Amino acid sequence: MPKVISPDGSIRQDNWVVVPRPAEGESLDIPADQPALIPADLWLAGHEHFTGRADIGVWFDSHDEPEILDGRVNELPVIAVNFPKFSDGRGYSIGRLLRERFGYVNELRAIGDVLLDQLQFMKRCGFDAYVLRPDKDITKAQKCLNFFSQGYQAATDTDIPLFRRRAS
Amino acid sequence: MYVYDEHDRQLAAERVAQFRDQTERALAGELAEDEFLPLRLQNGLYIQRLAPMLRICVPYGMLRSNQLRRLARITRDYDKGYAHFTTRQNVQLNWPALEDVPDILAELAEVEMHANQTSGNCIRNTTTDQFSGVQADEITDPRPYCEIIRQWSTFHPEFAFLPRKFKVAVNASEHTDRAAIQVHDIGLQMVRNEAGELGFRVHVGGGLGRTPMVGPVIRQFLPELDLLTYLEAVLRVYNRYGRRDNKFKARIKILVKALTPEGFAEKVEAEWQHIKDSPTRLTREAIERTQSYFTEPDYAALDNATDLLATQRFEHRGFDQWLTHNVDSHKKPGYAIVNLTLKKTGTPPGDVTDQQLEQIADLADEYSFGEIRVTHHQNVVLADVRQDQLLELWHAITPMGFATANLNTLTDVICCPGGDFCALANAKSIPVAEAIQRKFDNLDYLYDLGNIDLNISGCMNACGHHHVGNIGVLGVDKKGDEFYQISLGGSSHHDASIGKILGPSFARDEMPEVISKIIDVYVDKRTEEETFLDTYRRVGIDPFKERVYA
Ligand code: HEM
Ligand code: SF4
Repeated sequence: MPKVISPDGSIRQDNWVVVPRPAEGESLDIPADQPALIPADLWLAGHEHFTGRADIGVWFDSHDEPEILDGRVNELPVIAVNFPKFSDGRGYSIGRLLRERFGYVNELRAIGDVLLDQLQFMKRCGFDAYVLRPDKDITKAQKCLNFFSQGYQAATDTDIPLFRRRAS
Repeated sequence: MYVYDEHDRQLAAERVAQFRDQTERALAGELAEDEFLPLRLQNGLYIQRLAPMLRICVPYGMLRSNQLRRLARITRDYDKGYAHFTTRQNVQLNWPALEDVPDILAELAEVEMHANQTSGNCIRNTTTDQFSGVQADEITDPRPYCEIIRQWSTFHPEFAFLPRKFKVAVNASEHTDRAAIQVHDIGLQMVRNEAGELGFRVHVGGGLGRTPMVGPVIRQFLPELDLLTYLEAVLRVYNRYGRRDNKFKARIKILVKALTPEGFAEKVEAEWQHIKDSPTRLTREAIERTQSYFTEPDYAALDNATDLLATQRFEHRGFDQWLTHNVDSHKKPGYAIVNLTLKKTGTPPGDVTDQQLEQIADLADEYSFGEIRVTHHQNVVLADVRQDQLLELWHAITPMGFATANLNTLTDVICCPGGDFCALANAKSIPVAEAIQRKFDNLDYLYDLGNIDLNISGCMNACGHHHVGNIGVLGVDKKGDEFYQISLGGSSHHDASIGKILGPSFARDEMPEVISKIIDVYVDKRTEEETFLDTYRRVGIDPFKERVYA
């Protein structure tokens, strides 16, 4: 069961499972008794079955385009974005697009190769739930979420860049 | 010059604490090597052939004397007493110990310096013309815009893990480009439109390295207030669609080429439409506030010292040469721009000792309002020297080794550290530079040859900008032996071009002779007014080939 870190560094557990993309010819294997995150395009393909279900969310891979959910994002209780490698920074752009362009308000979860030193960037790009790679020391998350007390730029956490705050 | 306020100071202190924590976790084995790698690179720390290398940021090349003195002390206390000015206006230390780096960063932060994002796959130091603010022909002073970009790009949460490193350069002169903007990922040329409004012509997708390219224009006019939102759009398109499967195809130039410049520009425009009116749009107050740090120093009201200088020139031939070659005209009457060359034969280009750093600091205090600039040609500039003090300055710097009057000539070589320091090198480069400097040791002959850019890199990463040298030298490896390939016709200025390879490579001891033959062809073929590049462009590569491989 994933241990989930919140932006304030607190830790909780839940039982969302990430359902991998099925192989050619296979169908989605959604567990009966657990909430599940399924590939976003498959959710869209069958959204008449899924809409309104509080136990079905979606996940994007880093090369996926969140544009496909434009207008529908808030039908989802959870959207997860996979960081296949911590050095793959596409997920940060996906996060900001979901929040700032498509107005997504529910939980945005970072999954995959999620390490401590990336947490604050994720937070600033709109992620409000982080599933740390299991071998990392979760007790250090709070410190790493707060290395910086502010940022120069506007991002999802603040739309007031420092140059505007300086002017006021 | 920009001065930190409480926000900058706090962020700098937090950065030092963060890197200290990261280093401790790395040394304790909590961070795997590949996990620490991008973190240390974003603090300028490479692991090199002989020791770590630390690249310290010099935003747009500006330094104050107290910063130079601190750099001097750091090289003494933590390194071997010398440092290196680079082609991206930064400073490199070649021997710091990993455990000491957090302390070095703390010392730097005390004088408003850092090593943020000097390496790694993020937005690097924004560079500009070393004559910014003091030349007559600039559209406006580009440094406030560089500072605005510096702040926007520092710890940008969306762009810290790009497909590859990312470099921005700004130029504001109408007639020259001393910042090589067309071989940067983004090159910004400041312009005024027909209505007289200030803005940028935007080049995207230039760069050197394995696939050298001149960056095409993707927007003819970007209004100045739109600078950051447009950069954000370019970076977002690159972050999402740049290739990540192959490190050699990950630069933005490959994406621009794949989409065509028009196709790329369309994608950027589409992205930009969504964010152009966001709070990231600059304000007039933000620009003016930043500009207020780059006001003119306290110039005296002077006339040009024409008669005095004429007399002094007449009395000192060396001073006359130096004035002609190393000193440039200044927008203020009675002042001059002085280039201190770091190209004395026998000293690796760009190298400075701790004592020299202190000497430069003293010179800056005495002659130039306490400021200096680093050039991408690996020299330094005192930008505001009184004309009536030039002779005194020349006397002072001659024994220090900064008065070699070879600026922009063949021996003002750009040269990377090559095999002497760099783990990636295929060949040494410093001894090649030195051998060529020795061969061309006659200043009058050099002056007769005029401006020639000779650029040397020890491998195809192109740290020495060999592709854009009028003459470029590239170290190549042939079955374990060091060889050198020559290219001709490169330029990094407004007429930017990538040099063309001459032919098979040469052994190191052949190099001075080969360069001599190339120069002979120029001397034979040139017309009265032609530079080396003009002649090359007119006659093509064949006459050079014939002579060199005869
Ligand atoms: C020993 C230290 C150094 C190491 C390990 C190093 C490493 C590298 C590497 C790996 C690249 C790759 C670029 C690519 O593939 O695009 C590069 C590029 C570059 N380096 Fe260095 N470098 C070193 C020293 C220097 C120095 C001393 C300078 C300045 C003289 C310099 C200036 C540059 C520049 C300007 C580029 C850019 C090429 C471009 O625009 O694409 N580097 N360096
Ligand atoms: S060009 Fe190659 S040899 Fe020279 S410094 Fe760069 S990486 Fe090293």
